[in-house]
Amino acid sequence: MPTAANPPRTLFEKLWDNHIVYAEEGRQTILYIDLHLVHEVTSAQAFEGLRLANRPVRCPAKTVATADHNIPTTDRSLPIVDVISKLQIDTLRNNCQQFDITHYDLNDPRQGIVHVIGPELGYTQPGMTIVCGDSHTSTHGAFGALAFGIGTSEVEHVLATQTLLQVKPQTLELRVDGTLRPGVTAKDLVLYLIGKITTDGGTGYCVEYTGEAIRALSMENRMTVCNMSIEGGARAGMIAPDETTFEYLRGRQFVPKDYESAVERWRQLPTDDNAKYDKSLKFQAADIAPQVTWGTNPGLVVSVNDCVPKPSDYSDATEQKTAASALEYMGLTGGERITDIQLDRVFIGSCTNARIEDLRAAADIARGHKVSEHVQAMIVPGSGLVKQQAEAEGLDRVFKEAGFDWREAGCSMCLAMNPDKLSPGERCASTSNRNFEGRQGKGGRTHLVSPAMAAAAAIAGHFVDIRDWK
Amino acid sequence: MKAFTKHTGLVVAMDRANVDTDQIIPKQFLKRIERTGFGEFLFWDWAKLDDGSTDPEFELNRPEAAGASVLLARRNFGCGSSREHAPWALEDYGFRVIIAPSFADIFYNNCFKNGMLPIRLSEEMVDDLFARAAQHDSYQLTANLEDCTLSDAHSLSVSFEVEPFRQNCLLNGLDDIGLTLEHEDKITAYEAAHSK
Ligand code: SF4
Repeated sequence: MPTAANPPRTLFEKLWDNHIVYAEEGRQTILYIDLHLVHEVTSAQAFEGLRLANRPVRCPAKTVATADHNIPTTDRSLPIVDVISKLQIDTLRNNCQQFDITHYDLNDPRQGIVHVIGPELGYTQPGMTIVCGDSHTSTHGAFGALAFGIGTSEVEHVLATQTLLQVKPQTLELRVDGTLRPGVTAKDLVLYLIGKITTDGGTGYCVEYTGEAIRALSMENRMTVCNMSIEGGARAGMIAPDETTFEYLRGRQFVPKDYESAVERWRQLPTDDNAKYDKSLKFQAADIAPQVTWGTNPGLVVSVNDCVPKPSDYSDATEQKTAASALEYMGLTGGERITDIQLDRVFIGSCTNARIEDLRAAADIARGHKVSEHVQAMIVPGSGLVKQQAEAEGLDRVFKEAGFDWREAGCSMCLAMNPDKLSPGERCASTSNRNFEGRQGKGGRTHLVSPAMAAAAAIAGHFVDIRDWK
Repeated sequence: MKAFTKHTGLVVAMDRANVDTDQIIPKQFLKRIERTGFGEFLFWDWAKLDDGSTDPEFELNRPEAAGASVLLARRNFGCGSSREHAPWALEDYGFRVIIAPSFADIFYNNCFKNGMLPIRLSEEMVDDLFARAAQHDSYQLTANLEDCTLSDAHSLSVSFEVEPFRQNCLLNGLDDIGLTLEHEDKITAYEAAHSK
């Protein structure tokens, strides 16, 4: 209970306070880390640093690893052709063996994108501090955890000390009142918010998403929202835990044994009445339509029934320049209707939208249709368990019959470090989180959308307003 | 960690906003397991033409940019991926100072861990620096971390802000892990108090 001596606190402040190991005026706070997720791309140099300094991993049991970024999504029984990828994957395996860290290897059905498997296996829990050498660690904030991405030097710091040196961020409340309209998803919601606050609107803040529209989201949808916090500049985004959270986690492999008393503790976490955020912005769910990005950062986004903007639509000189170069890269002139944009490729996958509910949403659209002749479409489940579940529900058959390529789990064409990539000039509707130049392959053009919008675009060959889909 | 006290160097102006870490070091170079050798891949997709040859138009490839060690850019520099390969590549290429109106949080933090100084200045001040870099041949800036000033040979002197803890660590090249381990007893006490 908040009292005069204990003023009301936000969810973020409670988590921060609960994890202070040492704080002193004029230095960064030493913050305890409850869970450290590790993958192959940002960890090798950190383990090497430990070896050079002859330091052990302080808490191997609080560290979990998997390879996801550059693994092939084709048949796992075949050898990995790319020798440098293979070296990185082998290096992770060896490091985990040497330092006694749990590692979900390629042949383990629980392998998958690190931000998909953490929640799925019950490692991710409310009230935790969670870090990973990956900016989409913000995903785990959906559970009421303080979760953020770190660099490799910090990965080494966490391995060695189970803590991090941190500057306390400010708090930003993004409140979405009302109810989302039919056909509008969590992906549309978060793209809309990024469009409003811009890609650096959240810099220096930890975001808390609140309001009726957020409370109504399933856990998987909440993860989609928190996942993209970083695209608005915020290292962390969080949603207060509630019954939806507790029900999702109940029975998962690594949740606390005495689950009910854990739930009682977690009930204390949500922001107290009258607690103050450093900044609050309010939005109306009813204002949000399905979103499509047209440029080369996620903030360059419009509604599906809008047209691509022109540089002259912006007043600020830097923004005009950004818009002009984005249009040039994207092969657009400005003024095109979004629904007239023709596609070559469709990618349904990534830590933003490759969970079972995403695949169900895409399958609902695809069922009984055929992928357009000039589109190549692929579906990459977020984890081995998501893939199993989808196959148990027959979704793989729906996709294959419609002409989608059905793959093994991994990051795949979200960042195209493995062989899945766009060719120069190819245009792709993607459920991932970044439309940066070259992100999906040099010269490739990425439009970010929801899974249902991506599936409909695959079939129509161009963007369609999912609200008109029959 | 590498120390940084004072640096004078040639400025290269990159008139672009939201330069993301995917551009600074594209993913095909993230497969290496070393910390060094990333400099030659810096801004690869922008620096090379489709046939793999060097694009003479790209900011860093122009003859006047040879040897630059101070990078001047627009807002939200270093956004996107947390890859520390981005500061590794900038540092390996020869950059010691990066100036912009704002930086993405993870990138900003990663710079300090690699002996590079990111300096935030107002939009107006950055505009002024772009103008100065265009006006003077071989324009140089001096960043002094001891008194937190940035100056040139044409009577410019502005101060910038750095959090004192980061300033001290960078000035002295302190090892973060070593600093934290001085408080190992407190970590142990925290763990004892929180083990359920
Ligand atoms: S799916 Fe994409 S964004 Fe997510 S962790 Fe993998 S590469 Fe990063």
